[in-house]
Amino acid sequence: MARSGRSPITAAHVAVPVLGVFWLLVTVLPFLFTVFTSLKSMEETFSSEVWALPKRFCLRNYRAVLQGAFWIYVRNSVFVCAVSVALVVLVSAMAAFALARLRFRLNKPIFALIVAGMIVPPHVTLVPIYLMTRGLGLYDTPFALIGPYVAAGLPVSIFILTEFMRQIPRELAEAATSEGCGPFRLFWKIFFPLSWPGLFTVAIYGAIHVWNEFIFAYVLTSSPRNRTLPLAVWDYQGLYASDIPAMLAVVTLTSLPLIAAYAFGQERIVKGMMAGSLKG
Amino acid sequence: MAETGSPRRLVSPRPPPVPSAWRAALTRWLAPTVFLAPAVALLLVFLVYPLLSSFQLSTLDWNGLGEGGKPVGLGNWLRLAHDEIFWRSLRNNFLLAGLSVTFQLPTSMVLAVVLDEAGRGSRFLKIAYFLPLLMSSVALGVIFKNVYDPTFGPINAFLEAIHLHGPDWLGDRRYALLSVIAVICWQNIPFYMLLFLAALAAFPREQGEAAFLDGATQSQIFWRIKLPHLRGTVRTAVLLSVIGSLRYFDLIFVMTGGGPESASELMSTYMYRTVFASFQLGYGSTIASAMFLVVTAVAAVALRLSKRFETEV
Repeated sequence: MARSGRSPITAAHVAVPVLGVFWLLVTVLPFLFTVFTSLKSMEETFSSEVWALPKRFCLRNYRAVLQGAFWIYVRNSVFVCAVSVALVVLVSAMAAFALARLRFRLNKPIFALIVAGMIVPPHVTLVPIYLMTRGLGLYDTPFALIGPYVAAGLPVSIFILTEFMRQIPRELAEAATSEGCGPFRLFWKIFFPLSWPGLFTVAIYGAIHVWNEFIFAYVLTSSPRNRTLPLAVWDYQGLYASDIPAMLAVVTLTSLPLIAAYAFGQERIVKGMMAGSLKG
Repeated sequence: MAETGSPRRLVSPRPPPVPSAWRAALTRWLAPTVFLAPAVALLLVFLVYPLLSSFQLSTLDWNGLGEGGKPVGLGNWLRLAHDEIFWRSLRNNFLLAGLSVTFQLPTSMVLAVVLDEAGRGSRFLKIAYFLPLLMSSVALGVIFKNVYDPTFGPINAFLEAIHLHGPDWLGDRRYALLSVIAVICWQNIPFYMLLFLAALAAFPREQGEAAFLDGATQSQIFWRIKLPHLRGTVRTAVLLSVIGSLRYFDLIFVMTGGGPESASELMSTYMYRTVFASFQLGYGSTIASAMFLVVTAVAAVALRLSKRFETEV
């Protein structure tokens, strides 16, 4: 805000930095505590002050975790995340194209129903999906997660992409149609590539959700070799119950990939996260 | 698209070989069907069917083993009506919703204003503030379980330093729920902060400057001009946080599991425990279905209220 020289020091001048720094501490201290503690040895955690810096960086915890099953969780997470996000993007783009650009009788009611799907609490579908997964013989495989993840991501993604594709100039579609371009080529050659910012947003939103999803992964898989990263934390918690530093080393390691991605594409990721709020 | 077959087509350099009747049918129903089929199929299988199935399971007495279970009609629903733990969970869900609206949203608004005013420094602050949203709830749950730890945790270490004796935050039934709610708010504040910040950034700068030149103070500008401008965003935020609170699960499950003695139970954690710890699939599905009804009813009322509000103002 531009301030003319009338009131050189307002309450805002004091309050803004004070509140800004205060919340910075509230946000960052738990993370600092986590990283510091993960670098301590177990004896040091129990003997020294909580906020004392580690006397010497003890990487033993990290080494132990990285030599264990950690990479299997990473592999499963990457696999499930890549497949689910690709499917969400493709399937929701197709549906959005039909809803935004094709004229047919049920267009409006279908759109309304899909959007209403956003308020369904995921936990209501948990037990039936668990039974279904058992029935299909997919229980305790990474594949079991893909269907529920894709379906969970569809309503919001279709909503975002439909809005997005409605913004693409009508003349473009009309010109292509008069050139003899059918609906399939229209989608694939024009609408899909032109919607890339929207697709990107949807992909990021979906990826963060899938990467961190816990309860479906917990219920639909049981053995470590089929589980995703959030469950690494859970499983290690059982394993290292009293070894707090090792536990927090796992937490740090599982959080690093998203934080690294965030460092690279901050603006985009913020946009992607906000996408979910477009409409409740 | 409707004018396929018009003479204009003849001018087109590559005349399409498809006969126009076939093409008309293609655009009229084949294309929408093909484009919508995957999405509709996935939603039917993984959303609609489970939802209906949940209601059907709610009429069974079943431990999840063997074929089906014993139909008990509305027996589970009657049991639910008298189930003290369910009502406590519901109350806890509403407490979470209430605190989200009265504590989390105002805090988010204050921080959004701070960032909006901070100018150059805000970029770094934004990056840091946003971190909690990138974390999985399990990771956060484990972090805060240690933060709250009565013997080794930093909170009680701090209280000790100023000669206070901190309680067992998560183990004491008086504090467990509120302790976790504090973390839930901590995790969600950046989300709402960014929501408000985006709305503040869209606020026409000249309006604020004009009011300032007319002698309005900063706080008058905020309360009288900016906040009314944000009305729609605040409404969305209230709706999102209420619905989110009624179906909340993650941090309660990780940090307290609903305990001690169901003191911090939510509908979703109670449902989970009933199904996967007590093996009562039927009764668990009743809780799940009830949760769906509560969320849908509240969402419907909230949407109607916010519509009326919209037309009034």
